[in-house]
Amino acid sequence: MSNNNTDREVIVSIKHVDISFGSGAKKFVAVKDANFDIYKGETFALVGESGSGKTTLGRAIMRINPCSAGEILFEGKRISGNISAEEDRNVVRSIQMIFQDPAASLNERATIDYCISEGLYNFHLYKDEQERVAKVDRALKEVGLLPEHKSRYPHEFSGGQRQRVGIARAMIMEPKFIVADEPISALDVSIRAQVLNLMNKLKKEKDLTYLFIAHDLSVVRFVSDRIAVIHLGEIVEIAEAETLFEYPLHPYTISLLSAVPMPDPLIEKNRKHIVYDPSVLDQSGEPREMREVRPGHFVHCTEKEFEGYCQKAAQLEKEKGKA
Amino acid sequence: MAENRNIVLSAKDIEVKFRVRDHYLTAIRGVSLDLYEGETFAIVGESGSGKSVFTKTFTGMLESNGTISNGSVMFHGKDLTKLKTDKDWEGIRGAKISTIFQDPMTSLNPIRTIGSQITEVIEKHQGVSKAEAKKQAIEIMERVGIKNAANRFDEYPFQYSGGMRQRIVIAIALSCHPEILICDEPTTALDVTIQAQILSLIRDLQKELGFTTLYITHDLGVVANVADRVGVMYGGQIVEYGTVEEIFFDARHPYTWALLSSLPQLGVKGQDLYYITGTPPSLYNKIQGDAFAPRNEHALKIDFAQEPPMFKVSDTHYAKTWLLDPRAPKLEKPEAIRDLHEKIKKMTEKGGAFHVE
Repeated sequence: MSNNNTDREVIVSIKHVDISFGSGAKKFVAVKDANFDIYKGETFALVGESGSGKTTLGRAIMRINPCSAGEILFEGKRISGNISAEEDRNVVRSIQMIFQDPAASLNERATIDYCISEGLYNFHLYKDEQERVAKVDRALKEVGLLPEHKSRYPHEFSGGQRQRVGIARAMIMEPKFIVADEPISALDVSIRAQVLNLMNKLKKEKDLTYLFIAHDLSVVRFVSDRIAVIHLGEIVEIAEAETLFEYPLHPYTISLLSAVPMPDPLIEKNRKHIVYDPSVLDQSGEPREMREVRPGHFVHCTEKEFEGYCQKAAQLEKEKGKA
Repeated sequence: MAENRNIVLSAKDIEVKFRVRDHYLTAIRGVSLDLYEGETFAIVGESGSGKSVFTKTFTGMLESNGTISNGSVMFHGKDLTKLKTDKDWEGIRGAKISTIFQDPMTSLNPIRTIGSQITEVIEKHQGVSKAEAKKQAIEIMERVGIKNAANRFDEYPFQYSGGMRQRIVIAIALSCHPEILICDEPTTALDVTIQAQILSLIRDLQKELGFTTLYITHDLGVVANVADRVGVMYGGQIVEYGTVEEIFFDARHPYTWALLSSLPQLGVKGQDLYYITGTPPSLYNKIQGDAFAPRNEHALKIDFAQEPPMFKVSDTHYAKTWLLDPRAPKLEKPEAIRDLHEKIKKMTEKGGAFHVE
């Protein structure tokens, strides 16, 4: 557990960001007051169910969704709102995205060669044809595909291979930061493992930072360094990955944990699935904010709840100490 | 335990071929399965292993280029493979054997109200009046957990969330009191929290209504949650089947080992997750020997030459691998899935990563 978060270099900083759609009476706030930093070289996971705003937030970092309040910094510079065309290009290049459904995110009428080089064309990142081909070949090899696959079309690949193409397409831009939006949810169990291993390998080799968006905590535990749990547009808990599993505090986090299916029929059939009930929270109407319960472990709570969480954390710590 | 129960459906040596351009693809290569009354059977396998195609033969829903070239499916003394026209299938498909599909958005009609889609089925199969059908529809909507059903009766699918839509699909499937419910990846498109709710809904309804459930899934976590018995499918064949405990704790087929080992729940941080190398076999060509041999690190020489028979492990547990032949070398299952129960117990007990109060 590192308390030295302050010394680490921040790559993306989300500062009190609200994202809303529509206006007037129809205004819908999809993300409320998101406020956290992502450090260079880490995998930061954003976990929540559909409709929680996790993708919206990821897309805001990509400059696809505008922020209605707050700002987003990338390497210390503001990238939300109006920025110069030059900076925009820089952001578009440095932040790449890996999508959920590899079948839907690749142009089915373009060859793999074109799919992967499109970014190179747009940014003229090659001196001559020879260099472009070399870059594409290298990107393919990195993700475990072969250069002769270049002339094929997306439908000729299996789901796992298509996701590799999606990753190659992001990697060829030499990004610093990657938003991976449910990159394995549409894949089979055995292929999930391959893609996760590949993402981990590339992270080490290229010193990448990931924002990993997912709904399944079992997957997130394996890949991420820190985890933020988001529910209905509000981040309810942020902690180091292991801390979150050892000391889950917010009731929504606990319900998510209880929903992870365990591969053991004896245990799984007797497991309680806890349905999240917001009425257990403090209903006094006091404002909630992120409070630090343990070092590096933040929970969205009122003053009164905060005391309860502190006690619970202390009790859990005592139990762990005994064990 | 299964012997003294009634068999509701019995499939024997099913072989399914598809004509693709000028080639024939053998999607199912001789699969037999007996379903017992009231049980939950789960078929697991990767995409392309033929698990959906196999169960489509029970409801006559094969794509038009597919044919059942061999075998029989006996249901109430009738061979379902002999049924040809939609008229033949009336009274069975949707009435006695219903299916829930993966994506609730594509199995519901987006431009018709939820209510009309449920009553349509009730009117068609039970021949009751409109008013009676509506009453039954609202009842079943409430039964699957739609609050305020009478008011939501006239809403459209887009006004429902993904989990709610899947509840409606379940309501439609159950509206005619089927004997067999086929759940084809019912929760793959849903979140884990909603998944847990849908699985327990199906289980409760099964207890109450007493139908037989056939799950198709690639997620072993789901299997552990729901199944009494499990069949593992690979390359168009069932390569191992047994009770759910036998499959999870005493698996014998290397493919079952591989599937279990690749679960992210068993991953150790900082180490690579186990994964199955290579790709599933092409079903256009005749498969020589054991279909899994080219991807199997434990493959024996004979695996490449001759197809293994089903070896008996116990009365309920069979596996199709040469490893069970008395002449085969002794092989321990992979480290990751040894003492699986102890490992998972540690994870879910007090102090474990997945422990909750």
